[in-house]
Amino acid sequence: MERNQLHRQVANMRKSLFDQGFLDEQFIQLEELQDDANPNFVEEVVTLYYRDSTRLILNIEQALEKSPLDFTKLDSLMHQFKGSSSSIGAKKVKLECTQFKEYCKAANGEGCKRTFQQVKKEYGTLKKKIEVYFQVDGRRWLGGVAISGGIALRQWRRINIRRDGTGKGASSRSGVDWTGGIEVVRI
Amino acid sequence: MVFGTGSSSTKSTKGVEEVGGNLSVLIVDDDPIILRIHRMMLNKFGLVTHVVENGKEAVDLFRSGSCFDMVLMDMEMPIMDGPKATQELRAMGVNSMIVGVTSRGLESEKQSFMGAGLNRCHEKPLTTDIVTSLVQELIKHY
Repeated sequence: MERNQLHRQVANMRKSLFDQGFLDEQFIQLEELQDDANPNFVEEVVTLYYRDSTRLILNIEQALEKSPLDFTKLDSLMHQFKGSSSSIGAKKVKLECTQFKEYCKAANGEGCKRTFQQVKKEYGTLKKKIEVYFQVDGRRWLGGVAISGGIALRQWRRINIRRDGTGKGASSRSGVDWTGGIEVVRI
Repeated sequence: MVFGTGSSSTKSTKGVEEVGGNLSVLIVDDDPIILRIHRMMLNKFGLVTHVVENGKEAVDLFRSGSCFDMVLMDMEMPIMDGPKATQELRAMGVNSMIVGVTSRGLESEKQSFMGAGLNRCHEKPLTTDIVTSLVQELIKHY
């Protein structure tokens, strides 16, 4: 895929994430912090969010299984999750978290359970979309891409390549072996 | 954006760069995402950052003789929360700039946190504009 086409694809995907309400201004704040010294900052923070929030979601699920429901505890757990979601600009997730907290204040257990399903749905949808966005965005930084039959030959420029000292390395993203300056990647 | 690192820096940012390397900030927060974001923001100003995950660790650091020019103090943390840690630091005679950060939006909750001895209190995550104003205020005292 030509570089210009990739650039356009990345730009369109990014715009779509904002236009459809998945992300808000806070994501832009993260992008503005990213620089040459920290080229993967946004992806690192988002990865950290998805890793850390697994624990929070599990805690909320467990709390929702108890009887009677402890709405104070549920509110506190969701408050933490909402805060994390706000940090990466996860707009739709944050909105559902707010709704959940409203149901906690009203001691509405059914409302909490119903809304939590929505929280998980938005959380999962954003995860899928943003993973694809980072994958495509990662390719944008590569030069000399040629595609034939679903295989791309490219010169790897990403600075997070690991080397095993023998001259071969693996991309931290796809686990593909490469030698010299050319990488074969299945796309 | 005020993050100047070269000839395009504004006068105020240049002032931040000159002093930035000598200023240290203790970030006190149990949220690893907030720690990462705030650390990144402050490092861009050349500030030296140190992180701890709760108020007790912050108090213990000062008690052991460590010194920081600014403390970013989260409100809700396990073991020792922000208000309690702030009270203890002030009682110890710590006069560093202590800035509260909270995800609680109610003015009453922020005022209550301020009452513990904060210099300022903001909603988290901090924006670059707020960090700029914090650093400028910090420089004024030097």
